[in-house]
Amino acid sequence: MSEVLEFDEQVDITDKVCPLTFVTAKVAIEELDDGQVLAIRMNDGEPVQNVPRSFKEDGHKILKLNDNEDGTYTLFVRKVEE
Amino acid sequence: MAEKIDYKALKAGGFMSQKQKGYGSLRLAVVGGNLDANAIKTVAEVAEKYGHGYIHMTSRQGIEIPFIHVNDLEKVKEELKAGGVYTGVCGPRVRTITACQGSEICPSGCIDTYTLAQELNDRYFGRELPHKFKFGVTGCQNNCLKAEENDVGIKGGMTVEYKEEDCISCGVCVKACREQALTMKDGKVEIDTTKCNNCARCVKSCPTDAWVGTPGYIVSFGGTFGNKIYKAEQLLPIIRDKETLFRVTDAAIDYFEANAKPSERFRATLTRLGDDGLRTAVEAAYQDSTK
Repeated sequence: MSEVLEFDEQVDITDKVCPLTFVTAKVAIEELDDGQVLAIRMNDGEPVQNVPRSFKEDGHKILKLNDNEDGTYTLFVRKVEE
Repeated sequence: MAEKIDYKALKAGGFMSQKQKGYGSLRLAVVGGNLDANAIKTVAEVAEKYGHGYIHMTSRQGIEIPFIHVNDLEKVKEELKAGGVYTGVCGPRVRTITACQGSEICPSGCIDTYTLAQELNDRYFGRELPHKFKFGVTGCQNNCLKAEENDVGIKGGMTVEYKEEDCISCGVCVKACREQALTMKDGKVEIDTTKCNNCARCVKSCPTDAWVGTPGYIVSFGGTFGNKIYKAEQLLPIIRDKETLFRVTDAAIDYFEANAKPSERFRATLTRLGDDGLRTAVEAAYQDSTK
């Protein structure tokens, strides 16, 4: 089993479809303060292929992607204020 | 009118005759799908003054102004030219170079498609050949510009290199890769280069730049998407520099010019003669760079 990182807030986007997957995650990270960590649970497939990269493009720091071994993944992202 | 109209010559200048007698749809020169605001204003004015007040956007990023009367053609061309707009071409020659927005605009882009489209335009646009000849430039494997439907299609990609010391073993790249080329073993990422399609999704997604990508050009030959449909074929490995790229495109277009029968499309020539001749020509052009 993968290690679980400490996080400040979590959001589940497994019930969302594109583009609401990233939009929901983006709204969630905007609520955080600089340096805080968001854990995002997402589905395999397109979300896990694309959401991490979208966070990178927005300038945040990706820490880890965990395989939950139930068809979902959890991404840990540290907020970086612009 | 007394003079006989040379419609073939008009077609070469981008004037396509319409069903409506005396009228034509005037094709404009557009490179890589970009047109500046002043040019658009000029086009709008001409369409209102001489056409029916609208334009048609073609399937290959071009603009045409329908309902231009042949008697107005010279005036229309002058007014367009004064506004920095030039007419396109039709018929057996190198056509509009199409391009997606590329790496200057699009986060997925691996190459600067617009600059390349301009360079290809300067090099080849309007060149007389046995048949129409289309170039398309797309920035990445997402292929928004449909490279393989062109006589020569150019697609951006990257050759990638793993920097283990920068890797934080986050696992993002393994999932970002759509070719299943990456696996995580003991916190290290391993790449199966036989599966890598140079899409650079690992480079684009890596949070620590542990994947370093070098941009390059994936070139395919002999595509057509009209009466006959044929997907252009990649005959060479990814090309790393523009000099080699142009040597290869020169070789392809020269091969076509030298070997096609009159009015024969590139693909038809390749079907008739087989791919080997072209392959030899472009491989020689490609290898010239390694000397």
